[in-house]
Amino acid sequence: MSAAASRPFWWRSIGQRLTILLAVIAAVLAILSWWMVTSFAREAAERTQDNVLVASATSIAEALRSEQGTILLELPYSAFAMLDAIGEDRVFYRVAADGETLTGYEDLVPINPPDRPGDVAVRTLSFRGDLVRMVTIQRTVLAGQQPVSVLVSVAQTRTGVEAIGTGLSRTAAVLSVAFFLLAVGLGAFATTSSLQPLNSFAQAVTRRGPSDLRPLRRRVPDELSPLLIALNRLMERLGQSIRRSEEFIAEAAHRVRTPLATVRAQAELALHTVEKDNEKQMLRRMIRAVDESSRSASQLLDHATVSFRADALAQDRVDLAELAAKVTEGLEPTAEMKDIALHLDAEGPADVRGDTILLESALRNVLDNSVKYSPAETEVMIKLSKDDATHWRITIRDHGRGFSADSLPELTARFKRGTNVEKVVGSGLGLTIAEEVLQAHGGRLELSNPQDGAGACVSLILPAA
Amino acid sequence: MRFTHIARSLAVALLLLLSGSAVAALEIEDRKLYRGTGDRVISVLSTADLAVFEPFILQFQIEQPDIGIDYQVASSTEVHKAIRDGAAFDLAISSAMDLQFQLANDGAAQAYSSPTTQRLPVWARWRDQVFAFTAEPAVTVISRERFAGLDRPKTRQELIALLRQNPEVFQNAIGTYDVRISGLGYLFATQEARNSDTFWRLSELMGGQGAALYCCSAQMIDDVGSGRLALAYNVLGSYATERIARDDRLEILELEDYATVMLRTALIPATANDEQSAALFLDRLLEEGMRDTPETWDLPPLGAANQPEARAYGPIRLGPALLVYLDKLNRGAFLRAWSDAMLQ
Ligand SMILES: Nc1ncnc2c1ncn2[C@@H]1O[C@H](COP(=O)(O)OP(=O)(O)OP(=O)(O)O)[C@@H](O)[C@H]1O
Ligand SMILES: [Mg+2]
Repeated sequence: MSAAASRPFWWRSIGQRLTILLAVIAAVLAILSWWMVTSFAREAAERTQDNVLVASATSIAEALRSEQGTILLELPYSAFAMLDAIGEDRVFYRVAADGETLTGYEDLVPINPPDRPGDVAVRTLSFRGDLVRMVTIQRTVLAGQQPVSVLVSVAQTRTGVEAIGTGLSRTAAVLSVAFFLLAVGLGAFATTSSLQPLNSFAQAVTRRGPSDLRPLRRRVPDELSPLLIALNRLMERLGQSIRRSEEFIAEAAHRVRTPLATVRAQAELALHTVEKDNEKQMLRRMIRAVDESSRSASQLLDHATVSFRADALAQDRVDLAELAAKVTEGLEPTAEMKDIALHLDAEGPADVRGDTILLESALRNVLDNSVKYSPAETEVMIKLSKDDATHWRITIRDHGRGFSADSLPELTARFKRGTNVEKVVGSGLGLTIAEEVLQAHGGRLELSNPQDGAGACVSLILPAA
Repeated sequence: MRFTHIARSLAVALLLLLSGSAVAALEIEDRKLYRGTGDRVISVLSTADLAVFEPFILQFQIEQPDIGIDYQVASSTEVHKAIRDGAAFDLAISSAMDLQFQLANDGAAQAYSSPTTQRLPVWARWRDQVFAFTAEPAVTVISRERFAGLDRPKTRQELIALLRQNPEVFQNAIGTYDVRISGLGYLFATQEARNSDTFWRLSELMGGQGAALYCCSAQMIDDVGSGRLALAYNVLGSYATERIARDDRLEILELEDYATVMLRTALIPATANDEQSAALFLDRLLEEGMRDTPETWDLPPLGAANQPEARAYGPIRLGPALLVYLDKLNRGAFLRAWSDAMLQ
């Protein structure tokens, strides 16, 4: 953390890091190419000047001839006219036979002149306050019987070469800047497009529901596949450990229930045998505690089932009308004991996709609450209707004590019971189970106290198949 | 008129004595001092006659009253020698562009650049040191009287044929430059010899007919006017037009095949004392040269280089090739060949 904080801000993002590194590389390359073009251009211009100077000196050397022992020379017009080619440069020349100046600038003495005939010496030297490039050619001319060594030197200042060099250098600089900007733009584009799979991968993980531990199945670039595999393995291990703990809970609940039933039966028997009021009282409290524990164990078992089955949710076609009828019928005996009338108003088919066992358990828990928290001789309405074009709604309305308003939002939390429960036995897991089932099916649970009179109203909303 | 001339010559002699030894060898033909209102005086060494330049100088002084001008006239070789040897002048004006070029090439001129010099065509300046302000073709002047009844030749070929066919008219009646003594004549001759082989044929023909040789355009035109000559070849066009305007015995022969065009140039010597004032004078000079028709002198404008016959070879190029014919070996060889043709 501290290492990351001490780095510059752009180092924290791979995208910015790449963009900036690419820009630095582009800058280095642009400078390098500018420098190279500049030096090549200068060298090319210098070489051109050298070639022109050599051509000029050669054509002068070739014009040398001898007549009756004297060396004659008529400077070819082209020898000087061609020196115009590079630019407006000062021109100096000297033709010397055996060290004696035949014509030209006497003070233009070549340094290290070539020793053999036909050789060319190219030198840079300072002459009359200017840097000049000088070419010297040696030629042997026969004056009578005597071979005479003649040195032809042609020199030119470098203004034109310099001008060409600076001109091309400036052009190269402009081009390099343009290339740099282009490279930065392309670099930024390349960075964003190659980071795109990473972003979409992260989004895919983020979009997942909190309990969705299915492995990610998507095409990712080779570099991301180790991450994908590691992530999938992690989720699998996590899922396994959750499943193991749920199995453990179910197993534990199951193991607790059986001995509790025995304890309850024994306590029931003892209740009939004892006579003292306080002993009876004691035994009743014991039976009630056993009831609570047993209810908790079976609700825990149900809850574990929900968690377990929701992981790989079945996609059966379930008719809500049928389901409501079945659940209502199952609770009929309990309701009858309290003289509660269950009114079912459900007309099929009202198909949804999902797990029948879970949906049944959800509806049973809600209806069980209505019967449990209603006084005797009341009515409970179960109504199936269309919520909107794509959803079904089952509304269960009772005329009991209603939800305790202050604890309404928390009632679906685990082990949370209302302040209105009084002596009713319960574990606080019923609505939790109902809500988790509905969420697993893409639906939701709505709790409310209706405005028109006493009672509670609970709605289960599910997407239509 | 005569008196003033003598007086002026006396004054020149006096000035020469006073100006001391630095330019002792310099042969000044004419000199006039145009006093300004201030102390600044620029000394101009020029080949152009006072008569040609005076209106310009007076105009310049109206615009820059504080600058005085010491105008001195000398031959082109004298101008070249003086500047080469380091005589202190603020401006050197010469019709011998080859000599002017050599001065710049040898480092005797200083660079100067201004918006005005930048407006010059590229062929009219070199290294911002030599600036052309006129483009003057060499022309052929004929005497109307002597040409009576003859067809006017349109090309040099036709001229050669005409000379051949009418020896009685042209014998001893052709004038041209003596290139041995006239720098301008030498420049015209070498450039023409380079461009066209008709030059040598024409020279041989003129030599054969006993051509008279001259140092200067003015005398040649005088002799054509008086009828002593029937034809003067390679006369400075500016002088000819100026004379024809007031002498109807003369006519310019329109040779359409080509024209050799010389550039009159100015430079600021490295030894100049007052470069700023010289630069003002130079700018004004170039502005005048770039006009379509200059107002203060009879010299042709730079634009004359665009006339059809001048365009055949273009104006003589300001460049190192000018050094070729200045080379002493080449000069010797050319003069030998020319003498062989002319002085048979
Ligand atoms: N129909 C209802 N009328 C009034 N209160 C209700 C009704 N249904 C639920 N409640 C309140 O919501 C609380 C939570 O209900 P939930 O079903 O989750 O728990 P429980 O009924 O107490 O226990 P069990 O797990 O045994 O069902 C209840 O304790 C009760 O206070
Ligand atoms: Mg309940």
